[in-house]
Amino acid sequence: MIDPLAVGDDCLVLSQQLSGWITRAPTLEEEVALANLALDLLGQARMLLSRVGDEDELAYLRDPPQFRNCLLVEQPNGDFAATVLRHLLYTSFLYELYAANPDDEVAAKGVKEIAYHRDYAGLWTVRLGRGTEESHRRSAGALGALWPYTAELFVTEPGLLAPWRAHVGRVLAEAGLDPGEMPPADGTPGRDGRHTPHLTEILAEMQSLHREHPGVRW
Amino acid sequence: MTLWEVFVRPRRGLAHTHAGSLHAPDAEMALRHARDLFTRRQEGVSIWVVPAEQITASSPDEKDPFFAPADKPYRHPTFYEVPEGVPHL
Repeated sequence: MIDPLAVGDDCLVLSQQLSGWITRAPTLEEEVALANLALDLLGQARMLLSRVGDEDELAYLRDPPQFRNCLLVEQPNGDFAATVLRHLLYTSFLYELYAANPDDEVAAKGVKEIAYHRDYAGLWTVRLGRGTEESHRRSAGALGALWPYTAELFVTEPGLLAPWRAHVGRVLAEAGLDPGEMPPADGTPGRDGRHTPHLTEILAEMQSLHREHPGVRW
Repeated sequence: MTLWEVFVRPRRGLAHTHAGSLHAPDAEMALRHARDLFTRRQEGVSIWVVPAEQITASSPDEKDPFFAPADKPYRHPTFYEVPEGVPHL
């Protein structure tokens, strides 16, 4: 079963985060790529949130404690390595979740898109991990910072841990990166609405226009 | 970063045609950028990427010897009936 609020919020927040690279990406090609990934996730977020209620109200009128996204996706974009590692870790989970729910319409459609996300993030992970000393250092730093947040994903989906770990492990090994043991999960803080301050910042930007001009249209 | 030329095959049965160019660190990333830049709306079934420096192009100076004596209509295969069911001949 896919929890539409939890996964919808994951997709919405990660989409908003990726959009933050627009006008700031390392190259024009990369900017288009990241914007496309953001659009894929926004589409999935809209379909999932619409199952719960009005998508605009859910996106624009909830406060941070009412969001059910995992803490991993709200971690800052940081540098390009942090964005790539976060994308690898999360979309590898989302891929397994969608693949395990082929009867779900969003999952059946989304699994092809997310397979591409996982592949894309994996290719960059390997290039950054095996690139220069600097890119390796940054990648290892990003992995170390993000790795503890992955445990939350598998509290509610324990069956997905083994296939996720196998895939992520292969990519990281090829990249020459070693995450070490996964620390034990400390419950599901994000899913319970106990967020880091990063989410407040993300939502402040995402919701400002709608809150200032309720119901505004293009 | 390397400049890559992108060729897209729009449909089965058609040849790859030049779609544009892009920058990428290597061939695999070039393929993925090409997918995002040129086939996002299902324009293609196959993509080639070629390092731009690998392409040998005719130069404008060679225009005459290369192309000038081409006004010989009998070289055009216009005297055949195109068989039905061969839309891309």
